Amino acid sequence: MYGRKVKLRVLYILLILIILSLSIFLILKSLEQNVIYFQSPSEIKNISEIENNKIRVGGMVKKNSISINSDEINFIITDLKNEIYVTYSGVVPNLFEEGKGVVAEGYLKDKNFFLATKILAKHDENYMPPEVKEALGEK
Amino acid sequence: MFKYFEPNKIFSITSKAPKYVLALFLIIFTIGLIESLVLSPEDYKQSHSVRIMYVHVPAAWITLGIFSSITLLSIVGYIFKIKNFFLISKSLAPSGFIFNIIALVTGSIWGKPTWGTWWAWDARITSMLILALFYGLYLLAWRIYQDKEQVFKITCLITILGIINVPIIKYSVDWWNTLHQPASINILSKSSIHSSMLFPLMIMTAAFALFSLLIFLMKYNTELIKIKNKGLDRL
Repeated sequence: MYGRKVKLRVLYILLILIILSLSIFLILKSLEQNVIYFQSPSEIKNISEIENNKIRVGGMVKKNSISINSDEINFIITDLKNEIYVTYSGVVPNLFEEGKGVVAEGYLKDKNFFLATKILAKHDENYMPPEVKEALGEK
Repeated sequence: MFKYFEPNKIFSITSKAPKYVLALFLIIFTIGLIESLVLSPEDYKQSHSVRIMYVHVPAAWITLGIFSSITLLSIVGYIFKIKNFFLISKSLAPSGFIFNIIALVTGSIWGKPTWGTWWAWDARITSMLILALFYGLYLLAWRIYQDKEQVFKITCLITILGIINVPIIKYSVDWWNTLHQPASINILSKSSIHSSMLFPLMIMTAAFALFSLLIFLMKYNTELIKIKNKGLDRL
């Protein structure tokens, strides 16, 4: 129905798309450690040696783990398998709460202890009015 | 099929359409603004900053939709040598670019009170910035190249390069750990956004889509007038 030239153009564009997708996939695969924004406490446990670079640890703030002193705030980040102790002095975002997502940026002291220089609150994908939240909580 | 692409016939429709689209846009946009700013409830956690979402999410959807359409039109236009598809793509691009910028800016404004930062180099936000760069390249190509055959090839290539980024934007929040939350609205499973918030979101999406259509029609009419005035150039 269509000429040979049209078929060649279709094939050529398909070829470009396949090769591009493949190369982007391979690049992203090999750079995965840099693409992820934060590591979970379990991933921290698995690293072989502690480097003195700034990294980010993310997870949930463990329930009843926040303790606030005069100049610093201590809490535990958990991914429900492993935990890491975090110390931070500074202002925390409004949404920083126990049982909610958090990303801490800073330096690893050892595999269990993290010195944060910045705290970000991670918001989850749930949106609802307060009344609905209360109704859900009562259940 | 191709006789419908005669500029005079198209122009007789597209030159009348903008005023109706504008009227419809104003009505839908007013309803959307009242719904999202006044009638919709505040969020249990973010309180009133959730209202930024009613601009941010539709803008992001529209910009992704427009880039995908541009790519499809450019590829089909290139394969079958349909000049009209390139002009449609060219006219669609500016509103896509503007909504991309709006999505980035509103996301930043939302990020400050919620996350505690204006900007984060996470996969979703970075890939969205890359999309804006591709929009910029695409628009620049139309400005720089005068030769029609040349500009068709170059813009087609830019869209093919850029379209690889679109699935990355969509699935970045699922593939990697990102600061940006995963999608709240799923077609197949239950959405994690309450229906009282979903409704204004849909109205605002319709309003933004109409706005894009309006800008598209105005741009497209300009292209058609250019062709008519030259008298030589045909679709």
